[in-house]
Amino acid sequence: MTTGDASLSNLSVTPSDNGVMLSGDLVVWTLGALAPVSPSARIDLSGLSRLDTAGAWDLVARRAAGADLVGLSAGHARLLDTVAEALPLRKADPAPDPRWRRLLVATGARVVGALRYLAQLAEYLGRVLAALARGLRRPSRFPMTSLVHHAQQTGLRAVPIVAVMSFLIGVVLAYQGSDQLRQFGAEVFVVDLIAISILRELGILLTAIVVAGRTASALTASIGSMKMRQEIDAMRTLGLDPDMVLILPRVLALVVMLPILGLISALSGLIGGAVMSWVELGISPAVFLARLADISVTHAIVGLLKAPVFALIIGVIGCHAGMQVGKDAESLGRMTSSAVVSAIFAVIIADAAFSIFFAQVGL
Amino acid sequence: MSGDPVIRVRGLRTAFGSHVVHDDLDLDLRRGEILGVVGGSGTGKSVLLRAIVGLEATQAGSIEVLGRQIGALSGDDRRALEQRWGVMFQDGALFSALTVRENVEVPLRAVPSLTDAQREGLAELKVSMAGLPWKANADFPADLSGGMRKRAGLARALALDPEILFLDEPTAGLDPIGATAFDRLIVTLRDALNLSVFLVTHDLDTLHACCDRVAVLAERRVLTTGTMADMLTVDHPWVHEYFHGPRARAATGKE
Repeated sequence: MTTGDASLSNLSVTPSDNGVMLSGDLVVWTLGALAPVSPSARIDLSGLSRLDTAGAWDLVARRAAGADLVGLSAGHARLLDTVAEALPLRKADPAPDPRWRRLLVATGARVVGALRYLAQLAEYLGRVLAALARGLRRPSRFPMTSLVHHAQQTGLRAVPIVAVMSFLIGVVLAYQGSDQLRQFGAEVFVVDLIAISILRELGILLTAIVVAGRTASALTASIGSMKMRQEIDAMRTLGLDPDMVLILPRVLALVVMLPILGLISALSGLIGGAVMSWVELGISPAVFLARLADISVTHAIVGLLKAPVFALIIGVIGCHAGMQVGKDAESLGRMTSSAVVSAIFAVIIADAAFSIFFAQVGL
Repeated sequence: MSGDPVIRVRGLRTAFGSHVVHDDLDLDLRRGEILGVVGGSGTGKSVLLRAIVGLEATQAGSIEVLGRQIGALSGDDRRALEQRWGVMFQDGALFSALTVRENVEVPLRAVPSLTDAQREGLAELKVSMAGLPWKANADFPADLSGGMRKRAGLARALALDPEILFLDEPTAGLDPIGATAFDRLIVTLRDALNLSVFLVTHDLDTLHACCDRVAVLAERRVLTTGTMADMLTVDHPWVHEYFHGPRARAATGKE
């Protein structure tokens, strides 16, 4: 008695008086051959050699539909009973709601979900600030080592990519700007173009986007894998505060390092622009510097003011996503990619809000 | 309970680098029996299971399953043989992106003649035979408890009505009631489906409740095989300690 092999099983269905006669194997591989037989036909099974649970399941369904099963051997009858006993009790699905109602429910659920997400981010921001206050009150508890470690991870390690990227952006701006400005004979204003766009917007925004991609994913992955292996639960039972030990140093490191990275980015963008202006337009570095000195310092201040806010956004979103990781590895991957997307999106929204705000206050 | 063995292992040698796990190991699994494989941690119980189903490379010896040499098979022959056994891994090894029912449907998709409705119905039958409630069908593995994941893994292993069922620590991590229910389920399924079961376990209660024979792995080979009663008379320090320890006495109900 063997079961399971497609090449070894065959079933022959021969019509007999008011029904069919089966001989051979009624197994999962041959179930298709029985399909055309009317469900309530009389079935003679005396020639059946093999029967598996799939065949028995089909026969049980036919018996329930009114088929007359004859010639069942004792062993096969036992299998039929076993299967009939194990048949799942289907609960009738409730009638689906009308389409407009489902649409409304889905929309409402998404809106509530988005609001709840914002509320949770606000909660995490509050937890970071509370942990910071606790840490300042009791400096001995402040996670200084951890802060330095994360400052190195998120800050120092990001310097090369940020510097190279900004240098190239400066080059692109100088090249494209000079091309357009030359038509008006206003090549020298390319310095203003480079300085204002890099100091005010591009330097810090692109740095924040790179850091969001680099660090938000790392935050979610590191906190999420700790969450997955119950390390965070273990911390709580040992009297360690995850807000203080995990979240505060990571967010604070970002808040400290992002303005520095922004400054590096601005400098390197200006250098890139200066180099390209010299090569393309013949504006010497001395002239470039002289023009640069005329540009109001408020542009640089506006740019650097945004950095800590972007850092808070990235840190809070990354840590929040890490704490939402469930028990399976799949949720870790899902939360990591969603953290990056949310962080970049939120940074750009915040930048737009800043633009409007600074325009209103006249900076 | 007799007849030719469905699994015949002769002179098996497996090693990881210089660390030899099995050396000259012989083992038979007879048709229709439940064979419990026991041994201390690190004696290669799971490695033996993996070697038999072809997941682990072997250095020497022969493994014959249902009359076919593992390792000599290729392509279609191997796939045909794989459809005649089912493996339940320790934590179920369910595909995390699929629901329980879809997990059980995966092996059924190899059957070309099944309609979608038949496949779903059969998957739900297997889920129910493994002792899960109907509503578990739509759950994802992450939503299930450890015991339920094991049952879902069993349902998937049983999907194609295999002849041989490999179980790796089926009751590890279950509470005593769940473990007892699982033991009973294995025996019931064996009787109903005429399975031959290769069961790797640490659980003395499972050995008592299910196994027709026990094979003890020690010193890189199968030290001894026999019924539970035979085990009590074996004169080997580890075997004696294992089957006469306080837990063994509790399991047999003897003082």
